[in-house]
Amino acid sequence: MANKADTIISTLITRSRKPLLDEWLARQATMAGSGAIAADGDVKEYCTRFLAELDTGLAAGEVGDIRGAGWSGMRELLEEVSRSRAGKGFTPSETASFVFSLKAPLFALVQREAGDNAARLADELQSATTLLDTLGLYTVEVFQKAREEVIARQQEEMLELSTPVVRLWEGIVAVPLIGTLDSNRTQVVMENLLQEIVSAGAQIAIIDITGVPTVDTLVAQHLLKTVSAARLMGADCIISGIRPQIAQTIVHLGVDLSVTSKASMSGALELALKRIGKAVVERKARPAAEVS
Amino acid sequence: MDQIPILMVGDCLLVSIQVDMHDQLALALQDSLMTKIVETGARGVMLDISSLQFVDSFIGRLLNNIASMARVLDAATVVVGMQPAVAITLVELGLTLSGIRTALNVDKGLALIRRIIDGEEQAFDRREG
Repeated sequence: MANKADTIISTLITRSRKPLLDEWLARQATMAGSGAIAADGDVKEYCTRFLAELDTGLAAGEVGDIRGAGWSGMRELLEEVSRSRAGKGFTPSETASFVFSLKAPLFALVQREAGDNAARLADELQSATTLLDTLGLYTVEVFQKAREEVIARQQEEMLELSTPVVRLWEGIVAVPLIGTLDSNRTQVVMENLLQEIVSAGAQIAIIDITGVPTVDTLVAQHLLKTVSAARLMGADCIISGIRPQIAQTIVHLGVDLSVTSKASMSGALELALKRIGKAVVERKARPAAEVS
Repeated sequence: MDQIPILMVGDCLLVSIQVDMHDQLALALQDSLMTKIVETGARGVMLDISSLQFVDSFIGRLLNNIASMARVLDAATVVVGMQPAVAITLVELGLTLSGIRTALNVDKGLALIRRIIDGEEQAFDRREG
């Protein structure tokens, strides 16, 4: 039964590919959000290839299961369309409508072919709908995956960007933390900091949390881990940049930071210099007699 | 069996661990170190673990024990040269070794021991982790 129906769709596509293509393109141009789709210059090429691949796939005789070898070309095409549209910022429905918009022109053709034979028409439409739905869903799936890849890549980039370790003075390093601290970031911060402590031979590490929006028990625990690790290496830690609200939150949560902390980075630097036996002093003005 | 040499430098004992620490070796070290402290009346013990690449919870605990035992014998313990990976492992194991003083290298470690013996520094951190 299914095979009989397929033969007819595939003959249709082989025979009237040109009118079908024109109808389909016209249809996509008039659809909602057509501005964006019209801007997609490759639409005509994609449609032509889609019909060709549809032909190939149907000829291979596998309907309903697009994972077969006969559909490999089609899958590649849909992946290409999805990725290019995901990259251009299309919505998922705009992307899926690429496939779904073929339904109307195809069904019209099928109807004309089937004539008065209602049972046959129903069969035809049934199998055509199933096939196009599967292809459409596959497109959305790939689209989603492409978007997820973009998000994952951005997260990785953020991780690398946001953890610089700076040398403030001989023997003093500082990490300005920006953004929320989760386990992954703590790991990266800790590794970078410890590495820098070794290479700089630093005795003091200042962790500045001015850029950390909130400190809850988990963040505090991560901070303490970093401090402990630095201490094991032989470097003392000072936490700086604690904003008034954060100080209140820390006490309300009952977190015991038990680490030297300073309100500002300058205070921390002053303390650090003192600990390594250095001081910043004002230069003495020379007496007037000496100047002349 | 391997043995880890214990060197006398001034009134400090210097132990440089350069082989993988298996449990038996670690216990032997603890034993001979205590004997040596009593024999020599050393005031400080420096453990150089810069060549140590791996630690487990046993070794971590043992370091803590050595520090506590040495304190009973009135000797300050300083661990120097811990590798970043080792520090991270110990923290992840929940061993912050809060009873031990640490230093970045042997040079700074000797200076720290000197200060502790002179009473300028605490022999252990007041912080409890």
